[in-house]
Amino acid sequence: MAVVFKETKGLTDAKTHYCPGCTHGIVHRLVGEVLEELGVLGEAIGVAPVGCSVLAYKYFNCDVHQAAHGRAPAVATGIRRVHPDKVVFTYQGDGDLASIGAAEIVHAAARGEKFTTIFINNAIYGMTGGQMAPTTLVGQKATTAPLGRDPKKVGMPMRVSEMLATLDGAKFVERCTVHNPAGVRKTKTAIKKAFEMQMRGEGFGIVEILSTCPTNWGMTPVDSLKWLEENMIPYYPLGNIRTPEGGDK
Amino acid sequence: MSKVLMKGNEAVGAAAIKAGCKYFFGYPITPQNEIPEYMSKKLPEVGGEFVQAESEVAAINMVYGAAGCGARVMTSSSSPGMALKQEGISYLVGAELPAVLVNMMRGGPGLGGIQPAQSDYFMSVKGGGNGDYFMPVYAPASIQETVDLIQEAFDVADQYRTPVMVIADGMIGQMMEPVEFKDVTHRKLEEKTWATDGTKEERKPNVINSLFLDAQDLEDHILKLEEKYNLMAENECRWEEYKLEGAEIVIAAYGTTARIVKNAIDILEKDGIKVGLIRPITLWPFPDKAFDHIDSTTKTVLTVEMSRGQMIEDVRLALNGKLPTAFYGRTGGVIPTPAGVVEAVKKLVGGAK
Ligand SMILES: Cc1ncc(C[n+]2csc(CCOP(=O)(O)OP(=O)(O)O)c2C)c(N)n1
Ligand code: SF4
Repeated sequence: MAVVFKETKGLTDAKTHYCPGCTHGIVHRLVGEVLEELGVLGEAIGVAPVGCSVLAYKYFNCDVHQAAHGRAPAVATGIRRVHPDKVVFTYQGDGDLASIGAAEIVHAAARGEKFTTIFINNAIYGMTGGQMAPTTLVGQKATTAPLGRDPKKVGMPMRVSEMLATLDGAKFVERCTVHNPAGVRKTKTAIKKAFEMQMRGEGFGIVEILSTCPTNWGMTPVDSLKWLEENMIPYYPLGNIRTPEGGDK
Repeated sequence: MSKVLMKGNEAVGAAAIKAGCKYFFGYPITPQNEIPEYMSKKLPEVGGEFVQAESEVAAINMVYGAAGCGARVMTSSSSPGMALKQEGISYLVGAELPAVLVNMMRGGPGLGGIQPAQSDYFMSVKGGGNGDYFMPVYAPASIQETVDLIQEAFDVADQYRTPVMVIADGMIGQMMEPVEFKDVTHRKLEEKTWATDGTKEERKPNVINSLFLDAQDLEDHILKLEEKYNLMAENECRWEEYKLEGAEIVIAAYGTTARIVKNAIDILEKDGIKVGLIRPITLWPFPDKAFDHIDSTTKTVLTVEMSRGQMIEDVRLALNGKLPTAFYGRTGGVIPTPAGVVEAVKKLVGGAK
């Protein structure tokens, strides 16, 4: 019988600790598949963040550095300088990348560091129990925004991809979603393109992936997917913002 | 090999490159700017790379990335910048990564000033970052010694898989002295099989990590690190003794302050007051043993520092109540003079003899 679906070599056998319905697991799988399909698992060096995916170093079947909160892009920069020919990536949440590590991601992109960032935007701090993130939507409740995000007090949610796309060094910027099968397929294509672009040595690439956090959103996994579609996509439009082949869009 | 006249900061860079340092990540701060400037010029010549990071926080994390790949890597800064690097230093120790860190100290707290000081002693030897940790801290007193210790520091870092800090002050960074770049005797070092360079799908993934979520795993890790600290305390203590025999007062001082103290000791000798010196070269591990060498003639141990008294705590611990201690220090960039030290000693011995 023809095998239509099998485990990817890109992930280890370790059981992930993610909550039921969390989309971190889907994205892990996509990254693993892409590394396997590109034949670069043996050349890959990942950087795990601080956040729910802090244990990513146990899941990716390649060399990994675990970084301090927000510092993954700086760590990846150090790795990149030593290994100009390897495939380097960071995997970061929105608290990690857009808040504490905002300077590190901006400057890595500005320098055009040749690595790929997988950016999980679930609009909340998952690991620490649902505090407000820079990406939390207006009116969205969080443990530190009990009445919902009030833009008069804390500003509007940050559109990280658009911001990074203003930097010349950011050569591939795309926002995707994993809330439905079509979105998952597109996300995989984007991740693959971003890695291929890195391997051609063109500069920094980031794939922002709209994700769910059923636990801290206080919703069922199914309702979470619906909430993402109805609330996040309108504010965080999907699509390619920058690509080296197509030029700036 | 012949001697060359070099500025301290440039000598730091030259020594690092001689020791095989290929990567430098830093952020400008006075009075150490000549180090990154030198590295930006020289590292490309030896096939290495320099990155001016966006902050000290980023710089030390770049060091973490490069060190995890098994490279010889260095960063340098001065006090407020070193304060920012503490996060990364704690992670380097936790993940057992070798790197060399240089602090050309200036006065503080806060923005302080840009003049030489020794007020980062606590931050350097007592673990300025979070968690239970120590790392070797060297305090050279001349440019020649700085050069020798920097070269050695890379070996010590690799041998024990630890960051190693070299602290000097703005005076060493800025002055010029003749130096000789001797061939360092390399220690026996193991291959860095733990480093990340891609599995080639031939080995299990290497993971650079300081996270241990299981409490028992973390304690086991901390105890394993502690074995290393004990080994370093046993084997890596360094100090210099000067005129200890028959001394009435023994001064404890490190770095450039110890040079000033030596002048004072020679002046006092002419006045008939016998004073000796213990100069710790490693501030961690602290050379406790040196204080066992103090003569029975000694009545007091005077600590002289360019701070309000930080090393004195370790001196007291080393003496363990055997002798009284006294303190003389200038701070904020005011450098102790031989005359000031002479006066402090004379006060202790009850006026001139
Ligand atoms: C310096 C530092 N500050 C704070 C924390 C606590 N912390 C752990 S995870 C986290 C938030 C992570 O949120 P995000 O990046 O959005 O990832 P998620 O958990 O949602 O996947 C915080 C604040 C830390 N570990 N280190
Ligand atoms: S807390 Fe949220 S982001 Fe974290 S694993 Fe659970 S669902 Fe996923």
